[in-house]
Amino acid sequence: MTDLNCDELVELVTGYLDGALDGETAQRVADHLAACDGCTTYVDQMRQTVSALGSSPAEAELPDEVRDALLAAFRERSD
Amino acid sequence: MGDRPELPCDAELVARLRDQDPAAFALVLDAWSGGMVRVARSIVSSPASADEVVQDTWLAVIQGIGSFEARSSLKTWVYRILANTAKRRAMREGRHVTWGLVPGEDDGPTVDPARFGGPDDRFPGHWLAFPAAWPSPEQTTLAGEVREQLDAALAELPERQRVVITLRDVEGYGSDEVCSILEISAANQRVLLHRARAFVRGRLEEYFAATALTGSGTGTEVKQ
Repeated sequence: MTDLNCDELVELVTGYLDGALDGETAQRVADHLAACDGCTTYVDQMRQTVSALGSSPAEAELPDEVRDALLAAFRERSD
Repeated sequence: MGDRPELPCDAELVARLRDQDPAAFALVLDAWSGGMVRVARSIVSSPASADEVVQDTWLAVIQGIGSFEARSSLKTWVYRILANTAKRRAMREGRHVTWGLVPGEDDGPTVDPARFGGPDDRFPGHWLAFPAAWPSPEQTTLAGEVREQLDAALAELPERQRVVITLRDVEGYGSDEVCSILEISAANQRVLLHRARAFVRGRLEEYFAATALTGSGTGTEVKQ
């Protein structure tokens, strides 16, 4: 089995992080990362991107009047 | 996610909703509406439309709870209604929205091929220059400017990529749940997520490169 190139590895990162690659491909990715600082940095930065997206997302909530209307709709259905 | 009081299990929640217990409805409404608003905003054009989509979704849930068959979790079922409601709304706003892959947009390299050696270079397919190091995660995730960069990058994505990365990385759903919510295959979900993440990473890379040059922004030097 041939070694992966960096330009192939960068397309496999999400599958690799999700554990969705077949065993052989996952092994090729792991072997490449063990030897390639550039791709290790790339994968780390993808992880950092994911973690940054999940931290302090925009505050969002329903306006009070919508919440009240929904609670009323639920109760009306109860009558 | 995870910063609210714990909800009762699905079986209890569904039973109480069917028994028309308003306290149970208030629980799920308050626990889930924030995330639902963020997901709706990733699909429709304005915050006001997003609020209406979430409202319509809850009205459909009130009507439909009697026919919920527990083939998925209650929350996944609610989010599936949300995604479909938002998609219909976006179409009414005149945009063609699909969760399927779009040829020409959802294929091709996610990293500029010019960054890798060509056939005549010494190492074809390998980085010509390694990606530059970023400030440490502690520094970057605390910086409000990084959040702005992320939100701006998300806004540039096509809806199908934006909704997937919002569900996965902003709201924290697993791939199985996202496939179930959007009714897409695992393979398509991964393609959309990968393209979205690579795009957002690229925007962060540009931002960190610019702040390292000017010494502004997070005020941190690139680590050794």
